[in-house]
Amino acid sequence: MSLTQQHKKLERNVTLLSVGAFVAVAIGGIVEIAPLFWIDNTIEKVDGMRPYTPLEQAGRDIYIREGCYACHSQMIRPFRDEVERYGHYSLAAESMYDHPFQWGSKRTGPDLARVGGRYSDEWHVQHLQDPQSVVPQSVMPSYAFLSDTELYVGDPSATLRALQRVGVPYTEADIENAPTDLKAQANPDADAGDLQERYPKTQIRDFDGNPTKVTEMDALVAYLQMLGTLVDVNSAAAQEELAEEKGR
Amino acid sequence: MEAVLGRVGLWFLVLLLAIGAFAGAQDTAFAAHAVLIAIVAFILIWVTANSYDPLTKVQSMFHMPSDPSRYDDDPVRWGVLATMFWGIVGMLAGVFIALQLAFPALNVEPYLNFGRVRPLHTSAVIFAFGGNALIATSFYIVQRTCRTRLAFPSLARFVFWGYQLFIVLAASGYLLGVTQSREYAEPEWYVDIWLTIVWLSYAAVFIGTIIRRHEPHIYVANWFFLAFIITVAMLHLVNNLAMPVSLLGSRSYSAFAGVQDALTQWWYGHNAVGFFLTAGFLAMMYYFVPKQAERPIYSYRLSIIHFWSLIFLYIWAGPHHLHYTALPDWAQTLGMVFSVMLWMPSWGGMINGLMTLNGAWDKVRTDPIIRMMVMALAFYGMSTFEGPVLSIKAVNSLSHYTDWTIGHVHSGALGWNGMITFACVYYLVPRLWKRDRMFSLRMINWHFWLATIGIVFYAASMWVAGITQGLMWREYGLDGYLVNSFVDTVEALHPMYIMRAFGGGLYLLGGAIMTYNIWMTLKGRVREEAPMSQPIFDDEKDRPITANPAQVPAE
Repeated sequence: MSLTQQHKKLERNVTLLSVGAFVAVAIGGIVEIAPLFWIDNTIEKVDGMRPYTPLEQAGRDIYIREGCYACHSQMIRPFRDEVERYGHYSLAAESMYDHPFQWGSKRTGPDLARVGGRYSDEWHVQHLQDPQSVVPQSVMPSYAFLSDTELYVGDPSATLRALQRVGVPYTEADIENAPTDLKAQANPDADAGDLQERYPKTQIRDFDGNPTKVTEMDALVAYLQMLGTLVDVNSAAAQEELAEEKGR
Repeated sequence: MEAVLGRVGLWFLVLLLAIGAFAGAQDTAFAAHAVLIAIVAFILIWVTANSYDPLTKVQSMFHMPSDPSRYDDDPVRWGVLATMFWGIVGMLAGVFIALQLAFPALNVEPYLNFGRVRPLHTSAVIFAFGGNALIATSFYIVQRTCRTRLAFPSLARFVFWGYQLFIVLAASGYLLGVTQSREYAEPEWYVDIWLTIVWLSYAAVFIGTIIRRHEPHIYVANWFFLAFIITVAMLHLVNNLAMPVSLLGSRSYSAFAGVQDALTQWWYGHNAVGFFLTAGFLAMMYYFVPKQAERPIYSYRLSIIHFWSLIFLYIWAGPHHLHYTALPDWAQTLGMVFSVMLWMPSWGGMINGLMTLNGAWDKVRTDPIIRMMVMALAFYGMSTFEGPVLSIKAVNSLSHYTDWTIGHVHSGALGWNGMITFACVYYLVPRLWKRDRMFSLRMINWHFWLATIGIVFYAASMWVAGITQGLMWREYGLDGYLVNSFVDTVEALHPMYIMRAFGGGLYLLGGAIMTYNIWMTLKGRVREEAPMSQPIFDDEKDRPITANPAQVPAE
């Protein structure tokens, strides 16, 4: 039977046609995506990675809410110019707690994967309030309202609980202390408790220059200032793990 | 009466639930959406209780024929109107954000900042404009190629109105800051659940109609619609797996993280292009091009081969959005290889469409609708060639993260999806509203040229912008240092951004002319105008030469 004769069976039966189409479109995804859940170099851990603190996570939620990903990537490719411009290329493990990922697809503005610690808090606040006052040729919108808006995240524990359910290793202590952690990280005078022990390398200070209240600006700057600071990519251990990493 | 009471009760329950959701809402955006649902439920109660039939009134406003045609075309008429409405909204949003990139002072914080309007633009043109066009044309085509009326007529109406509610919830959500940040899948979990219900109803109506068919064979357009409906359901369900923070709040967190999340998203993102914007629109092409050209499809065998190879290969191409990222190399290479292979089945569709015009090529000169279809297929061919080129890793290292991608997307979206949709709408409107022809064929011609020139400005400026930026990022001086700071590259793009906005403006202007043309056609007017082509005939010169008989030259 010729091809067209054989195909007549399919095109006379909507069930066969549907099943055939579904099988054809299911294969590619299964072959490409499923292995990522168990092959070594996409699930390995790197020293220094920890879940976001409640304040950083709140900042991340604002980053997503404002659509920052539409213009800023968080994925440095292994090219000489990118590594010199933005820092060491991004590792898979560095976004292992990112629900959802923020790699981005377009750089209308620069990459932010390692922006943490590159600028002062004051620079970030002024830049977010009025980007052109710091970088005259910038086309970034202004986000002055963040400084005026008090941070409101509903129940901070519920946020961490939801993230725990999708696999982020928050401890019960993290979840219980989330409301106090949230406030304490933006207030150097408050008693932070064991925040630093539970979240190593946490930066505790007033980020937005207004100590009287915790604003959305505090949260966003806290998030920006920690981006790319957790893993010491130049330490010997990290280098070793990189050498072992396959496929790059 | 009992049925009416039952329906009022149902809407009242929805109203109470919406008010409850409003009262317990964890954030303002969720509360706003609860209010929106409550308003819809309230209107439905009022309408049902009064046994009031506003649809008939609105239908008379849009001059819909009250005499039902032999096929069930009401959802198609509504779909055509919705296509035009959302098309204009989406293009307006596009021109607005294009101008924002050229003149950042146009950002109005917080609701009209670029980051919030951009998903509004992409969703409005892909899902609202494109989605409505697909639903409307699929309902039109499946009835005619199966020689039967729609199965489940009330479910078909639910599909249309439910889909509009999905669009309104998604679009208002973006401006209020409700987003999952997954490109082209930004709506949050509760909107996703609603879309799932609507989409399964759509599948039920479409497949139900095919089952009721009076033709032994399922026509090729319906294969493409079927693959599009099934695949989009699969992509939507997997890519939107998420954990809500609260059942009374809008925020949720993706089930996957990092590299797994990235590939799932781009598996979705690329196949939203592959199945929503390609398979679905090829189905439109397979019905309307042969109809308008009055020629059968060029090759049956080619349509079989390119259908199966297209849907099988497309799914693999997603990783080309993640070249040189932390995604493993083998996955990137697979994505690249399959993207290059995809070139062939894509061109199979273009060839089948263009060759259908064999013997009717003169219509390109005389029929502006055919001209639009040919241009759509030409842009389809160009962007499905550019796509594989951009997916090659060496090219992608330059083009990724730049405006080249934006230009590529728009040559496909404006050239292929836009043009073929316009052509189909021009074909449909006179037939659906029982008019002899469109109000004005010359206006279609104007639309064609405005759109074409608009795309040329758009694509050319984005090519230049993308390659300029890519080269400037990697430029090294003799001293061994990077030459350009990031903002130098932003500054260099300013003229290109103005040119792009100008091109988009031309395209929008074409859309405005189309809207006017359709409105006049709906009103039953016919514009007095010179026909598109007229052989020259001069009655004065139509005579033999008699006064001075030509002298026979002497030998």
